[in-house]
Amino acid sequence: MRLKIVSASGIALVLAVWCAVTYTGMVGSLFLPTPTAVLQEAVKEIQSGVFFSDIEVSFYRITIGFVFATAFALPIGVLMGTSKTWKAFWEPLVGFIRYMPVVAFIPMSILWFGTSDMQKFFIIFLGVFFQEVIMIADNCKRVKRSVVEVGMTLGLNRLEVIKDIVVRAAMPSIWDTLRTVWGWAWTYLVVAELVAATSGLGFRIMQAQRYLSTETIILGILTIGVLGLITDLIFGLLGKFFFPWMEKEKIN
Amino acid sequence: MSELLLEASHVGRTFETKKGRFTALNDVHLTIHQHEFVSLLGPSGCGKSTFLRLVAGLDQITDGTIVLNGQPITRPGRDRGVVFQQYSLLPWLLAWENVAFALKKDRLLNKKQKKELAYHFLKLVGLEGFETVYPSQMSGGMQQRVAIARALVFKPKLLLMDEPFGALDAQTRRDMQDLLVKVFKEAQSSVLFVTHDIDEAVYLSDRVYVMASGPGRNAKELTIELPDARDWSLQLTEPFIAYKKEIILELQKQRREAAEKAAATR
Ligand SMILES: Nc1ncnc2c1ncn2[C@@H]1O[C@H](COP(=O)(O)OP(=O)(O)OP(=O)(O)O)[C@@H](O)[C@H]1O
Ligand SMILES: [Mg+2]
Repeated sequence: MRLKIVSASGIALVLAVWCAVTYTGMVGSLFLPTPTAVLQEAVKEIQSGVFFSDIEVSFYRITIGFVFATAFALPIGVLMGTSKTWKAFWEPLVGFIRYMPVVAFIPMSILWFGTSDMQKFFIIFLGVFFQEVIMIADNCKRVKRSVVEVGMTLGLNRLEVIKDIVVRAAMPSIWDTLRTVWGWAWTYLVVAELVAATSGLGFRIMQAQRYLSTETIILGILTIGVLGLITDLIFGLLGKFFFPWMEKEKIN
Repeated sequence: MSELLLEASHVGRTFETKKGRFTALNDVHLTIHQHEFVSLLGPSGCGKSTFLRLVAGLDQITDGTIVLNGQPITRPGRDRGVVFQQYSLLPWLLAWENVAFALKKDRLLNKKQKKELAYHFLKLVGLEGFETVYPSQMSGGMQQRVAIARALVFKPKLLLMDEPFGALDAQTRRDMQDLLVKVFKEAQSSVLFVTHDIDEAVYLSDRVYVMASGPGRNAKELTIELPDARDWSLQLTEPFIAYKKEIILELQKQRREAAEKAAATR
C-alpha cells in the first residue's frame, strides 16, 4: 500500500509540473499543450474512431512482427546457448547484423515491401530477432552447470538435457528477455510507421507534426506509454503464473 | 569377498589452470565390491569430489583407468546414482516431481506408478506431507533428503554420495545415517560415500579410504569389522574407538608433514 502511494506520487509530480508550466503560460501551447487540450483531443479521436483503430493496427503489426521474430529466435537462441558448433556458425553473423541500426534498413525495406504491413513486420523482425537470439543464448548459458549435471547423471541424452533442463531452467529469464525486447519493439514500430504508413500510432504522430498539432503528438506518445505499461504488466502477471517456483526465491 | 564392481587404478586428474598445471589426483586406487559400503575420507581440497565426479562420468581422467562392471567409465549412466555436495534439485519441480524425474526414462512404469514410487521414497526419507512443495520452500536439509530420495528411487547399482549430510543438524544427520544403512541393505546396492566426518565413515562403512592432499592420493585403507546390527551405542565400543583413533592419527600425521613441508619451502 505504502509503495502504491509512492508510485502514484511519482506520476502526480510529473503531472503537476506539466500543469504548472502550461496553465501559467510559461511554455507556449505550440511547444507543449495543456493537459486539457490533450484530453479534448483524446475525446475527439475516440469519437471519430481513429483512436482505437490506430491502436488496433499498431498492435496488430507489433504482435505479428514480434511473434514471428520470437518463433525463430527461440530455437536458434537456445541452440546457440547450448552448442558450440551452432554458436560458431551464428555468433559472427548475429553479432554483426545486431549492430546495424535498424532504422538504416527502412529505405531498403520500403523498396522491398513498399509501405505495406509487410514492411512494418520486417523492421520489427530485424529489431527484435537479433537482439533476442543473443539474449536467449545468454539466458541458456547462464543455467547452472549443477542442474545440467543432474540431468546427465539421470541418463538424459543431450537433446533431453536441453529440452528438460536447460530450457526449463532458463525459461524465467527468457521470459524477461521477451518482456524487455517487447518494449524495444514499440520503438521499431513507431519508427517504421513514422516514415512509411497511412495508419497507426506512429503515422498519427508524424501527421500531426505537419500541422503543428502538438496535442495530437503528446496524446500519441502518452498512448504508446500506457500501452507499453499495460502489456508490461501483463507480461509480469503471466510470468508469475507460469513460474510460481520463482516467487519464493526472490529476496524481497 | 563378493564380486568386484568398481576398480580404479593409477587414477590421475590434472587441471590446466591460468597459473599452470594443477594435479588434483595422483595415482589413486580404489575398489568397490558388490553390496559394499566404501567411504572416502580426507581433508578439504584433497580431491574427494574430483574423484567422485570421475566415477560419475561427469569428468574425464587424465591418467589411469576406472572400470565399472568390466567397462571403462566414459560418461554418466543410470547404473550410478549421484547425490551431490551442493543441493541439486530442479527448482521448477515440486518435491515429488523431482524424485519422479529420475524415473523419466523408465518405460516400464506408468505415470501413476512413478508418482507412487516418488511418494514412497519421500516418506522413506521422512518427508511425508512435503510432496507438493517447491525446493525453494524447503530447508537445506530437506532439499538434500529429496536429492537422496531421487538417487534411491531408480535403484542404481552404485550410489555415489558427496558429503550428503554435511548441511544437516546432528539429530537429522543421525536419522539419515540410520536410514541410509537400512535402505542400503534393502536396495542391495553399493555405495561410495565421501565425507570428512570420521565417526560417520567408521559407522557406515565396510571399508574406509583415507586420502591425503597436495596432490590428492591414497594414504590409508581400513577394513571395518563391526557387528552388522548398527546401533548408536556402537560408537562407544572399543573397536569403534580403535578405528577412529587410527584415522585421527593418520590425519594428524598428514597435518604435521604438511606443516614441515611448508616450513622447508619457506
Ligand atoms: N575444474 C577445476 N579446475 C581447477 N582446479 C580444480 C577443479 N576442480 C577441482 N579443482 C581443485 O582440485 C582440488 C580438489 O578439489 P575437490 O573439490 O575434489 O576437493 P574435496 O576433497 O572435495 O574438498 P571438500 O571436502 O572441501 O569438498 C582443489 O584444490 C580444487 O581447487
Ligand atoms: Mg568436495
